[in-house]
Amino acid sequence: MPDATEFDSRRPIVVAALTLGVAVGVFGATFGVGAVAAGASVAQTCVMSLLVFTGASQFSAVSVVAAGGTTGAALGGAMLLAARNTVYGLAMSRVVGGSLLTRLVAAHITIDETTAMASQQAQPGARRAAFWITGGILFGLWNVGTLIGALVGSALDPAAFGLDAAFPAGFVAMVASQLRTRRGLLAGLLGAGLCLALIPFTPIGVPILCAAAAVLVGLPAPHAVRT
Amino acid sequence: MTWGLVLLLAAGAYGFKVLGLVVVGSRRLPPPLERCLVLVPAAVITALIVKDTLSTGQELVLDARAAGVAAAGVAAWRRAPLIVVIVLGAAVTALVRRGAAAG
Repeated sequence: MPDATEFDSRRPIVVAALTLGVAVGVFGATFGVGAVAAGASVAQTCVMSLLVFTGASQFSAVSVVAAGGTTGAALGGAMLLAARNTVYGLAMSRVVGGSLLTRLVAAHITIDETTAMASQQAQPGARRAAFWITGGILFGLWNVGTLIGALVGSALDPAAFGLDAAFPAGFVAMVASQLRTRRGLLAGLLGAGLCLALIPFTPIGVPILCAAAAVLVGLPAPHAVRT
Repeated sequence: MTWGLVLLLAAGAYGFKVLGLVVVGSRRLPPPLERCLVLVPAAVITALIVKDTLSTGQELVLDARAAGVAAAGVAAWRRAPLIVVIVLGAAVTALVRRGAAAG
């Protein structure tokens, strides 16, 4: 039975998760519009949001398909982005605990936002609460947003509303915090440069895969590079 | 878009999450590997931004999207909320495109 102080500490978590959830719902709608414009059916779009549930990978796959890339290239880039959830899983394994079934369910909602919200809390109980509350709210709103976007998407011209720029704008918002460290900025600039240089000369989707080589700037031990 | 892509991506994405949370759990990965993995979003997402903003197919192009994404970049750097960044990026792109079509 949770006591009064526990409820007090959960209220700001719910408010923060709902605020974030509204933005994620809009982002989901953007995904829905973009996926349908790229030739996905409403069912494919919704199943992707339900089962993949990691925004950057979904946007990446759709963006490569929309540009005319192969399934392999679309899958490769999306998988590279999905790999970071392994790192989040490592951090969250200390937060979630519980039975194997609990952890298998928790794995599905281990993404940027749930990890960030859980990590912001000071107490282990609050961390666990923040993880599950954020995960539940975001999963719901991401999928409702996707459905609305997919249904509306076929009825409007994305270019007239600048929605073709909504994808990269969303990426900008997602990556901004990653570029505030010296290494993050270096990896970002190198990734962007590699991609730009390769676009005219390689098949669609390949520049994204090659840009991942920029993570090698993380190899030297931190004391060797001033961060 | 094929169902194969949707389902393979679903399996792969869940596999990566389970690998971290359930399989490896609180054991540690080799530190150099962890340091590289945390840089994946920075490297790959900036590449996606460049591709979505400055190219059409295999051609490099400079059009209204660049203005919209630049505006989004300024907003994001000033820590504007996600929703503001997206709406600003789309709105500036639409306005510049309309202006270019009219002029």
